[in-house]
Amino acid sequence: MNINLTMIGQLIMFAMFTWFCMKFIWPPIVAAMQARKKHIENGLIAAERGFSEHQEAQQKAEEILNQSKDQAAEIIANAGRQATNMVEDAKNLATQEADKIKTNAQAEIEQETARARNTLKEQVSDLVMQGVGSVLAREVDVKAHQDILGKLSQTL
Amino acid sequence: MSTGNETITSSDYIKHHLQNLTYGQNPNTGVWELAHSTQEAKDMGFMAIHLDTLGVSFILGALFLFLFYRTGKKMTADTPSGIQNFIESIIDFIENNVRGSFNGKNPLVAPLSLTVFIWIVLMNTMDLVPVDWLPYVAQQVGVFFGADPHHVFFKVVPTTDPNATFGLAIGIFLLMLYYSIKIKGFGGFSAELTLHPFESKNIFVKLLLIPANFFLESVSLIAKPVSHSLRLFGNMYAGEMIFILIALLPFWIQWTLSLPWAIFHILIILLQAFIFMTLVIVYMDMAHNKEH
Repeated sequence: MNINLTMIGQLIMFAMFTWFCMKFIWPPIVAAMQARKKHIENGLIAAERGFSEHQEAQQKAEEILNQSKDQAAEIIANAGRQATNMVEDAKNLATQEADKIKTNAQAEIEQETARARNTLKEQVSDLVMQGVGSVLAREVDVKAHQDILGKLSQTL
Repeated sequence: MSTGNETITSSDYIKHHLQNLTYGQNPNTGVWELAHSTQEAKDMGFMAIHLDTLGVSFILGALFLFLFYRTGKKMTADTPSGIQNFIESIIDFIENNVRGSFNGKNPLVAPLSLTVFIWIVLMNTMDLVPVDWLPYVAQQVGVFFGADPHHVFFKVVPTTDPNATFGLAIGIFLLMLYYSIKIKGFGGFSAELTLHPFESKNIFVKLLLIPANFFLESVSLIAKPVSHSLRLFGNMYAGEMIFILIALLPFWIQWTLSLPWAIFHILIILLQAFIFMTLVIVYMDMAHNKEH
């Protein structure tokens, strides 16, 4: 248990070991640990962000889904209404057309009737005139009785 | 007495175990050689070295550096595995201690604490190697080289040699002085030594108090490395002593005492290393503290 140069030797060894530790051992280990710490921290933050983003997206998707559902219902309702309207319109149009055709036809029939009647009247009067003419040819001066004949043909 | 030699007494056995392997100049013959006896080692004076202390502590320190250096090289920031986990937990432990007690900014303190802690733990752990194993190996090696087996000394635990603990404590003390002067300036450091603990507003009383203050402060300053080293040395020496005493018992009963003592000693090994490291941090903090 003598105090001797061993003490100085130990001191030098201690200094060397400490220097080596400070230079070559401590920095890389601590650097790696720090890097991992940062890595984990970033990972946790990213996970948190991802989670909230996911939730937001889900909410948005639900919103959009609901919106489109509403829209679809509206479109279907509109289409139904439109179809009913179209049918209604078509029905009205057809009725109108039918009425028009009917009136036209009636008018034509009336016209034809009138025309036929006139022709018939003329023919009858002609026939009468012919008959009368031939009857009267012998007894009546056509010229003298022209006015009576005219009146007659007019009343016919 | 596992040496099995009937001619040596218990006292001889203990003395033999407590003697370092000393290399120095024999004052009687003037030859540089290994001391053959305790008296011879003592006579060699200051100009001698303990080969066992230096050798064992060098091997252990190198082991520590090698292990940590290799791990540091292969360090990955991804999932750590195996020894990296172990070393990281040690680094974490050291960092927490430094952060807790050291308020200055100095990149030296944490690696210094790490070196001190691991090195001392390893040196103390040599205490758990059964007291006769390594000395026996050393004896056989000595005999192989032609030495007298009774004159081959080998003290395994470096921290039971006050040279080792004083070497460490003086290193810390020098760092403490260096940083005290660097941080506070020579004037600041002198003021710290002379203007406390007795203070006065009056300039004359102040001057009058300087010698008393200086005396008290120097004592407390010098006491630091002394208590720092002797605390570790004393604990380890006492522990080693008890192991040696237990080894004097008949071999078939030894385990009843050596096992409990060894288990208890694990605590002392770690505790003393931890105390030494904590004091290193505290002393460094004092040197960096400008409060006074």
